Amino acid sequence: MIEFRSVTKQFPDGTVAVDAFDLAIPPRKTTVLVGSSGCGKTTLLRMINRMIDPSSGHILIDGEDTGSLEPVKLRRRIGYVMQNSGLMPHRKVIDNVATVPILGGVPKKQARDDAMKLLDTVGLDRSLALKYPRQLSGGQQQRVGVARGLAADPNILLMDEPFGAVDPIVRAELQQETIRLQEGLGKTVVFVTHDIDEAFLLGHQVVILQKGGHIAQVGTPAEILAHPANDFVASFVGADRGKRALRIQRVGDRDVVVDENGTPTGVLQP
Amino acid sequence: MRWLESNLGLVWDLMLTHMSLCIPPIIIGFLISIPIGWIANRYRLTRGVILVVLGLLYTIPSIPLFIFMPLILGTPQLSSLNVVVALTIYAVALMVRSASDGLGSVDKDVLQAASAMGYSGWQRFWRVELPLSGPVLLAGLRVVSASTVSLATIGSVIGVTSLGYLFINGLQRRIPAEVLTGIVSVLLIAVVFDLLLVLLGRLVLPWSRRDRSVRAKTVARSRTAVLTGAGS
Repeated sequence: MIEFRSVTKQFPDGTVAVDAFDLAIPPRKTTVLVGSSGCGKTTLLRMINRMIDPSSGHILIDGEDTGSLEPVKLRRRIGYVMQNSGLMPHRKVIDNVATVPILGGVPKKQARDDAMKLLDTVGLDRSLALKYPRQLSGGQQQRVGVARGLAADPNILLMDEPFGAVDPIVRAELQQETIRLQEGLGKTVVFVTHDIDEAFLLGHQVVILQKGGHIAQVGTPAEILAHPANDFVASFVGADRGKRALRIQRVGDRDVVVDENGTPTGVLQP
Repeated sequence: MRWLESNLGLVWDLMLTHMSLCIPPIIIGFLISIPIGWIANRYRLTRGVILVVLGLLYTIPSIPLFIFMPLILGTPQLSSLNVVVALTIYAVALMVRSASDGLGSVDKDVLQAASAMGYSGWQRFWRVELPLSGPVLLAGLRVVSASTVSLATIGSVIGVTSLGYLFINGLQRRIPAEVLTGIVSVLLIAVVFDLLLVLLGRLVLPWSRRDRSVRAKTVARSRTAVLTGAGS
């Protein structure tokens, strides 16, 4: 369980990225922070592993105030996956994956053996282990990034727009993989994105943010779609248009679902 | 050619002396430049001042600098230490900019990722920042090497033996072959040092070898740098 208690972040230049933010992130579920750029979602994520320190307020992990923990040690027990993978270009894939365990004092040989198994976990061929990151495709690099995030077997995995820079087909693949991994490993995932479809697909809990880190609505995807808290949320999730504004059309003895333009998208099962 | 044949021993001895004069400044200059470059890169405000002041050091004419060294260091007039220290100053003047640029060239995403992984500041410097600035540092070091090898010849003017002896002696005694031998020997050392540095780079930075098109461009750029360095 991760708790934000009245967390505020003001940057030296005066920008208030996050203002009196409160949120409880349930364990072993995926929570997605979603909003347009400048809504403070990345700042919120980076405050969890103290890449950024809050100006005021507290962040608790399982009841422990992160402000009292040593940042370097804290970061080693929290997985982190970022956009553009952030892999070390001078380390081979296997060493990138083994980074955090080795920093934590695991013997090199064992860390590498474990890293090999992780390549299987994230669906990468073991033959890639001795290549350098730049020899891999964007999607493969992102998988290595996920493997690296999981290497120290952290309870918490932070993902900062991890699939923003890969093409739509690979992104869809990686999203399914993330769902599978989260279900299989039972990690607490905190995921940041600006893509509402991605948020609804991955999130057990979705947090829609407005400028300044204000929460517009928190809920399951179904709750948010069914009862948008206000016009901002309704328009952000697109509840009133396109493929989310579905109607039922009776065709013979079946109910066909059509979208805003009358294009059929499926059939209601009895 | 006859001059060379009868003086092979002398030329070889001078080449060895010349190399022993050049190697300490190249290494020490490199080691001094890294922390200064780090400061210039880390504290942006200091960057301009550090780079300009140190860059200006390179413009000090070499003969007066060599002559003033004993006064500053308190060393004997003919000590080779005078030349070594002066060459180190020139090496630092050239290298600090490369060190600062090299450290500044490291991808910010990678640094952020390294911190997020749990590298401490110290670990991040040694295991991420320094190795990743390697290609730029190497390019700078090649310039420093060429510059040092050529500047060391001037030591002979103030009586510190180097290959410059062949120029002075050859000119005074009007033996073109001797002057020519001096030039070729200096070039030879410069080329050997450069090849050794490139080889070292291949060994230490195996990850930086790019595909052909990118590599051709980098080589062209560093060649230009070496030429400008040697010319200044």
